[in-house]
Amino acid sequence: MKTVLRAAQAGTMESNDLMVIVEPGSGGISIDLESIVSRQYGAAIRATIARVAAEMGLTDLNVKAVDKGALDYAVEARTRTALGRALAPETDGGRGK
Amino acid sequence: MTARTRRSLLYVPGNNPGMLQTGGLFGADVVVLDLEDSVAPSEKDAARDLVCGALRRVDFGRAATCVRLNSLDTFAAADLKSLVPARPDLVLLPKTGCPGDVLELVGILERLESLEKKDRKPIGVMALIESPRGLAEINAIAASHPRLEALVLGAEDYAAMVGALRTKEGGEIALARSQLVNAAAAYGLESFDAVFTDAADDEGLAADTILARNLGFTGKSAVNPRQVKVINDLFSPSGEDVDWAGRVVRALRQAEKEGSGVASIGGKMVDAPVARRAERILRLAEKLGPGGGDGR
Repeated sequence: MKTVLRAAQAGTMESNDLMVIVEPGSGGISIDLESIVSRQYGAAIRATIARVAAEMGLTDLNVKAVDKGALDYAVEARTRTALGRALAPETDGGRGK
Repeated sequence: MTARTRRSLLYVPGNNPGMLQTGGLFGADVVVLDLEDSVAPSEKDAARDLVCGALRRVDFGRAATCVRLNSLDTFAAADLKSLVPARPDLVLLPKTGCPGDVLELVGILERLESLEKKDRKPIGVMALIESPRGLAEINAIAASHPRLEALVLGAEDYAAMVGALRTKEGGEIALARSQLVNAAAAYGLESFDAVFTDAADDEGLAADTILARNLGFTGKSAVNPRQVKVINDLFSPSGEDVDWAGRVVRALRQAEKEGSGVASIGGKMVDAPVARRAERILRLAEKLGPGGGDGR
């Protein structure tokens, strides 16, 4: 099981994108989602974020996501990047390059 | 779109979801998902994740998918480690300066592909020639490895490195264009001309594309989706071209029956080199099909 080392973010506030901010949590995965299509796709976006976190072995995590109409592949990619940065050693600058 | 009938190569920024997911809608024969110049150094990881996701989940239609890597001396190895499982059709190596660069890239590809399912098609390679050194070594680069499918000219970097002033007319890159076309033709590769950077200048784009076509390029790069149709149209045989090519082939067949290797059409001599050009036009027209293969 992995632990998020620090707060990190990925994505932008541009149309078709999603801004994801992650930080260490304490007991489960908490997702605070703001989306222009929350009523139609909120559950799907949350499920994708939770799935990526689980795939990366994370169980305690706070996520703030601001969605501007991102497709599922972009939600997944932005979440993966934010978590990769949060898990990366400091020497990597949190960029996993 | 199969190799040898690819006319347009459209660059799409790799860290922009909106542009990535519409990249296949403009009729480009190759969509190049860019991890290099359009992506800030601090966003390389994000672009890599996004491009891999797009390769797996976005429908690029009939276009071949290509990823412009970062250079071998920066992040190319990390790019490939992420990309190979997502299987683009091609990768474009920037700043190709010598045959060893292509061989190094192919070595990394082969090692990573060996970890994947064996029945998957190998990823093709295109080389971006954008330096005086790359141009000086272009014949050796063209001959370097069977995986190499195309040479692509990067005129902005090239002109800057030789200290030339970039102009709309392009006299400063005339030598580079001709050398690249010759090397590609000599080794059976495709050749793509550089981008025309003024996306608002339709007449300039058309003139630049006609020049590239007449020099022998097989296609041209596009920096804006609205440039794709002009490039595709100008690199597709016209009805007149196809009619002419048909007449040439028929005239030569008739001449052969009569024991001659030379025919005449409208008073102009037709011999083997003209026949090869005509046959290439007919092959291209057949592969592109009605409507120039754009499916629109």
